[in-house]
Amino acid sequence: MSENKEITIMQSVYAKNDEVAAQINKELTTKNIFAINVMGAPGAGKTTSLIQIIKRLGEVTPYVIEGDIEADFDTKTLQGLGVKAIQINTGGACHLDSPLIGNAVEELKLSDGVLFIENIGNLVCPAEFMIGEHAKMLISTVTEGSDKPYKYPLAFEKADIILLNKCDLLPYIEFDEEFFMKGVRALNKTAPVIKVSGKTEEGFDEVITWIKGKIN
Amino acid sequence: MHEYPITRRIIEIAQEFAIKNEADKVKVINLVVGDYSGYVASSIELYFDIIAEGSRCEHARLNIERVKPLLKCSLCEEYFERKPYSFSCPSCTGEGRPTEIGQEFYIRSIEV
Repeated sequence: MSENKEITIMQSVYAKNDEVAAQINKELTTKNIFAINVMGAPGAGKTTSLIQIIKRLGEVTPYVIEGDIEADFDTKTLQGLGVKAIQINTGGACHLDSPLIGNAVEELKLSDGVLFIENIGNLVCPAEFMIGEHAKMLISTVTEGSDKPYKYPLAFEKADIILLNKCDLLPYIEFDEEFFMKGVRALNKTAPVIKVSGKTEEGFDEVITWIKGKIN
Repeated sequence: MHEYPITRRIIEIAQEFAIKNEADKVKVINLVVGDYSGYVASSIELYFDIIAEGSRCEHARLNIERVKPLLKCSLCEEYFERKPYSFSCPSCTGEGRPTEIGQEFYIRSIEV
């Protein structure tokens, strides 16, 4: 019996996705678009936070790509506010990947502004796939509990900015902020953590300062 | 559930290298999967046979090397596995920082 011949490959299975992501990133940069990959669990308030951010952007033009497994409620809400938004339905897939974004970017005809790509509500795999973004925004909430950095480390590690949403509920729930921050800082030394509330609108001015600091 | 498209991608890459090397049959695919890559090895195995059918990878054995995530202590620089709800170094009072170890997801080689 003949021996097996081994052929070395050493190729990341993500390679193709990452290649497309790099292309999209370059294209967006050329068009003077700063793209933010918005990640968070279902119900964390991703769309609500986007609305609060977009309301405060002033002269900066917002664009939104909405990722959902199905339905287009969020896109309709944003379009109702006059925002250029497009829906991607993944039909079951749990994250957005670069080829999906590539098509949407083409369709949106973007130039000069900020593109928010709202990923599928999921704390696991959206953090693993680059989709051409310049920054990752993670929206965590006080109602999810303070142990989330310990349970979903990758999302916290990869984030460039972390919004801690639903802060208006802090007096009514048990949320160990020190434990939360200890976990966040073990994984990520640099991302600002901003306490916000989609309900009372607190904290979003600080988010705007961060975004404007990135695009200027 | 995202193992299905990624398993198809693994087979595509293996097939591409088999063709390039004029091999009719891939016998083994050596895959390295970090536990933090988010991929479940058993799920990849489940899809593998179905997707590989009719390709040069049909009946190939999938050899998956799992990699446990390691943190690196910021004080003593030792690499260690973390305990649940903690990032503390077991040897000193330092805190571990994430490393690339455990996030791997690549095809090391194929055997033909």
